[in-house]
Order: sequence, then structure tokens, then C-alpha cells
Amino acid sequence: MIPAAFDYVRAESADEAIALLTEHGDEAKLLAGGHSLLPLMKLRLASPTVLIDVGRLEDLRFIRDAGDHIAIGALTRHRDLETSDLLGEAAPLLQHAAGHVGDPQVRHRGTIGGSLAHADPASDLPAVVLALGGTLVANGPNGEREIAIGDFYTGFLESALEPDELLTEIRIPKLTTLGWSFQKFNRRAQDWAIVGVAAVRAEEGSGVGLVNMGSTPLYAAGVVEALNSGADAASAADRAVEGTEAQHDNNATVEYREHLARVLVRRALEESGLA
Amino acid sequence: MKITMTVNGVQHSDEVEPRTLLAYHLRDALGLTGTNIGCDTSSCGACTIHVDGESVKSCTMLAVQADGSTVTTIEGLANGDTLHPMQRCFQENHGLQCGYCTPGMVMAAVSLLEENPDPTEREVRLGLEGNLCRCTGYHNIVQSVLACAAENNGGAA
Ligand SMILES: Cc1cc2nc3c(=O)[nH]c(=O)nc-3n(C[C@H](O)[C@H](O)[C@H](O)COP(=O)(O)OP(=O)(O)OC[C@H]3O[C@@H](n4cnc5c(N)ncnc54)[C@H](O)[C@@H]3O)c2cc1C
Ligand code: FES
Ligand code: FES
Repeated sequence: MIPAAFDYVRAESADEAIALLTEHGDEAKLLAGGHSLLPLMKLRLASPTVLIDVGRLEDLRFIRDAGDHIAIGALTRHRDLETSDLLGEAAPLLQHAAGHVGDPQVRHRGTIGGSLAHADPASDLPAVVLALGGTLVANGPNGEREIAIGDFYTGFLESALEPDELLTEIRIPKLTTLGWSFQKFNRRAQDWAIVGVAAVRAEEGSGVGLVNMGSTPLYAAGVVEALNSGADAASAADRAVEGTEAQHDNNATVEYREHLARVLVRRALEESGLA
Repeated sequence: MKITMTVNGVQHSDEVEPRTLLAYHLRDALGLTGTNIGCDTSSCGACTIHVDGESVKSCTMLAVQADGSTVTTIEGLANGDTLHPMQRCFQENHGLQCGYCTPGMVMAAVSLLEENPDPTEREVRLGLEGNLCRCTGYHNIVQSVLACAAENNGGAA
């Protein structure tokens, strides 16, 4: 399977990538690791006429301690996250979940920025960043802006990023973590989750994100509200499907997904000692 | 677009269409047909090669993305007639039947041991989760990799 023809440009800097996006408009797509975009292009579900390769922007590949948060460059690969001791200390949930994205070959290419920007409800890292309350940094022709992860997802494969914006950095608050859990339920080892749950318990509060329970990655607000008012794991988990819109597909019916969400949230809360 | 890469120690410069996938470039332009294409949808791992020392699925990478890189395919592992230890361990442990998945399995396994030289059986299974085999039931593949690791670490094969 061969993608439709396109022009290929390699951006040598973030500024050049933004200038190219501005120049080519809607016809262009950024290419990071290519592990979401290329499969779509091979199936001709996406046919951009210009690909702007940002895969070599080494200065957007970092994991740094920035005081009250961990700063992660958008081009940081899943493999870099998985093997980062700094992340293991400061955000073990993210480090662990990154090691469960796809398979080793996928993790050698795929990036956190691509994962978040792609806005696939079935992806793991958006739910993790939702649970952790991360902030995304976008750069465009008008400069830099911050977007709270809670405001980022606007629809199926749609985000608050403007077509001429580049995601440059992901900021993960440094929490005093008391417990965490990542539950991923799938049929084949390397697959996306049929349903997944990311949960964190910290001195600063609790967070729970849901994978594949609607048209966007979701924050389990009902569960967190229940926890904040002192509910135990089982009764908080009863609220797992509040605000979700699970879809039916080859892997699961809506009912089965909802059942999984309750069970996996309960397991996640128990494992992270949330209740 | 003109790209240059070192493949199995030999430098190649070629004109490619940007949409050419690396797997096709290696097979069709460079004649390195050891890299198999199984699913062509990023799932089976048959097309696994190393780019700058790490395993990747070459059906999910553009040839232009590998411009300037060092690529190793299954053809680049053996030293003349001497098999790479991983190839020999697959042979000795009956780690293959039809052989279709084998180039990708071996490449994934070599990359796995680079990253984790002394894996447990479970770590080998997880490390090969991106590679599907329709014949062996995986058992002997896992044995092959464990044997190779043991040998590398000075233990009995
Ligand atoms: C076999 C396989 C299994 C997988 N399994 C999983 C899984 O279990 N869980 C999971 O979460 N994911 C999975 N993935 C997806 C994988 O994690 C992708 O790597 C990731 O979703 C996208 O990252 P990328 O760098 O490859 O992005 P690309 O494919 O390059 O880009 C994806 C989209 O994001 C845009 N984009 C990329 N970078 C930026 C940026 N910096 N700023 C703005 N826009 C940007 C692109 O324009 C494109 O629209 C799997 C992929 C494969 C092929
Ligand atoms: S052919 Fe590339 S993963 Fe199957
Ligand atoms: S040996 Fe036949 S597919 Fe693996």
C-alpha cells in the first residue's frame, strides 16, 4: 500500500516548520514519528499534498526538570519516555504507560507530541496527560501559547491546535505521587486499548483519564468528584461512564465497553490506593 | 528527492519519490529482499530492520525519513558464511518453520538484546510483541532469544 503522492519538506527548525505550515495551509501535515499518519496515508484515509517532516528537530527532544513541572519536548519518542529515570521519579504513570504503547518498533519512532496532537480517543498518552493535569505548549505565527489538556480535545481526531501551530512542549506538574495505576485492556499484545484507564493519587489531588470511551480522550470527572467527596473505590468506579459516549466496533459493544470502564476504574483506584 | 544512506555497511545514494516506503526501497531499489512484507499495515513486524541501531517497521517509514541514517537489514547480520549468533540460535533452537516472520523476528530480537542484554522469558515475549508468527507458536523463538542472551552473557547456550 502506497500513500498518494505528496511533496516532502524537512523542517530544520521549529520556526521553519511554522513558516511552512503558514505557507501551505490546510494541504500540509506535520510528520513526526509517522506512526499514526503514515498508516492513514497508506490506506488513503489521509492524503495531504505536503508533508512537513519535523522528525529531526532534536531541540524538541528532551525531558527536563523545570522546577514545578517536568518539561517534555514534543518530539520525544515513547522509547525515551519509557527509559527516562527522571520521568520514573516525577511521573511514573507516564513512564509506565509509554512503555505500553504499541510495541518496541512503534516506540522507537512514535512521539508524545504526535500521540497527543493526533487526538485519537484510543491512544494511551492523552488519557495519562489528562489524569496528570498536563499543559501543552503550542507555537504558531503569533507566538507561543499554553493550552490546558482539559481544553485540548475538541472532537474525534480534533484538537484546539490551529492548522498553523506546532506542539512544542508538554508540561507535567510535579506531583507528590502517593499511588498510580495504568489499566489497558486489549485482545492482542501490541494493540490499542479496547478500554484503558490512567489514574493517579497525589497529595495535590486525584486524576483519572479514560481511553477509548468516546470520540475524544476523556477525563473521568464523575469518578474524581466521588473520590473528592470521600467515596470508596467501588462507588467511585460506579460513576466511570458518566459523560462518556462509548462506541461500538469489532472489539466491543457499547455495553461491554461501559462494563470494562467500571471494572478497570475500580481496579485502577484499588491499585493506586485511591480509595 | 535524492537520499543517501548506509545500508549493511555500503553507502547508497538514490533518487526516490517521497512516498516510497523504506521497505519497498530496500527490496525494489536495493534488491534486499530479505526484508519481508507481511501485513503492510504496521502489525506483523516481518519488515523489521534497524535504523541507527534500533528496530523499526520499515513498512511504516518513508525512505526519505531514513536519509542520512545507518540501516541494517537481515542480509547485514552475518559475517560472510558465519551466521550472526542470533541467526545461529534460531537455527539451533528450531526458532523457525516457514521462515516468513524470521528476518523480522531476528532483527527485533537483536534490537531487544541491545536494550536488555539479560531478559527474562516474559521480557522476551513482550519485546517481540510487535512480531507475529503463524507457525511456531512462539515457544522456540523465545528459547532461541534466551539461548542467545545466555551465550552473550557467557553462560551455557
Ligand atoms: C502498530 C501500531 C500500534 C500502536 N499502538 C498504540 C497503542 O497501543 N497506544 C497508543 O497510544 N498509540 C499506539 N500507536 C500510535 C503511536 O503511539 C503513534 O506513534 C502516535 O499516536 C503518533 O505519534 P507520531 O510521532 O508517530 O505522529 P505522526 O504519525 O507523525 O503524526 C500524527 C498526527 O499528529 C500531528 N503531529 C505530530 N507531531 C505534531 C506536533 N509536534 N505538533 C502538531 N501536530 C503534530 C501530525 O500532523 C499528524 O496529524 C500505534 C501505532 C502503530 C503503528
Ligand atoms: S509488513 Fe510491516 S509490520 Fe507487517
Ligand atoms: S515461521 Fe512461519 S510465520 Fe513464523
